[in-house]
Amino acid sequence: MRAAIHRFLLAWVPAAALAASAPAPAPAAAPVLKAGVLSPAMAAPALDLAGTDGQPLGLERFRGKVVLLAFGFSNCGNVCPITLATLAGARKKLGSDAADVQVVYVTVDPERDDAAQMRKFLGSFDASFIGGVGTRAQIDAAQKNYGISSTKTVHADGGYSIGHSSSIYLIDRAGRLAAVMPYGHPVDDFVHDLKILLRG
Amino acid sequence: MRPGLRIVLLIALGLPLLAVLWAGFAPIHVASREKLFEIPKGTYARRSAGDLVEILPSQIRLTLGLEDVLVLRNLDEVPQVFGPSIMMPGQSLRLPFERAARYDFVCTAHVSGQLTILVEEEPVMPWSKIRWRVREWWEKREA
Repeated sequence: MRAAIHRFLLAWVPAAALAASAPAPAPAAAPVLKAGVLSPAMAAPALDLAGTDGQPLGLERFRGKVVLLAFGFSNCGNVCPITLATLAGARKKLGSDAADVQVVYVTVDPERDDAAQMRKFLGSFDASFIGGVGTRAQIDAAQKNYGISSTKTVHADGGYSIGHSSSIYLIDRAGRLAAVMPYGHPVDDFVHDLKILLRG
Repeated sequence: MRPGLRIVLLIALGLPLLAVLWAGFAPIHVASREKLFEIPKGTYARRSAGDLVEILPSQIRLTLGLEDVLVLRNLDEVPQVFGPSIMMPGQSLRLPFERAARYDFVCTAHVSGQLTILVEEEPVMPWSKIRWRVREWWEKREA
């Protein structure tokens, strides 16, 4: 019996090992963008807001540029500073190509964020960033159009913080909502995708 | 021992051993790195009518290097916030993952409004390959 098991193992284990070492088929092609790609790409919803640069914030004024659109607020202590620092870092790494990249950051806290406040906040990361401000109704409409949720938490001292969606939308040169980058991607991922979108 | 019994014993012991060896050492082949989920047509209408039946799993598991691209498709008649993005009717989102982590997203297609995506490291060690295969088999069986 023992000899039979021996013969069996000698015959089959190398065969199994051989099968295991067979080369795997080539993996599927790597995704082109690091961000999530929306298809078919559709026109980015309009923004009926005021820009911190003193002009209306219709996205049509950025046609020909790639727009990085995100939502946040100037009193945000965590997510927004990281996002904005990442976007500023990406623009820096792009060098001269950064001229064709526009960051638009829309407040989810219109009660505290007026144009001056947002301009100061965004300017501490990159002077080219443009903020979107407006009335509560205008901000609500913008959030709804982009599926942005926000939840206000009131603290014991009367102050409040706002939890909010933290994805960054990538709008191509033609004004189409092309992709969305979830929060947490590093600078290099943005640079990678921006280079592709700028070429396209 | 009778020869017939010996063969039966050999098969009874050998086949499971082979299966374990295969599961632990053979490379894992997947047809596609994409894992597709769809919001069916009429989901919003069903929700509005008070139907709380879940149409999608509340947790989606992905594995780096094997199934690490989530494809979400909105077949409903209304926009849905699915994962990190709004999706128009007929639109799909192809979302690749490169880091193992737990991702919590808002999802209007879920009764809870939440979607969790668990991205795990690629199974390399025999035990992790066996575990991955068993889980895949189990999930497909339940689907």
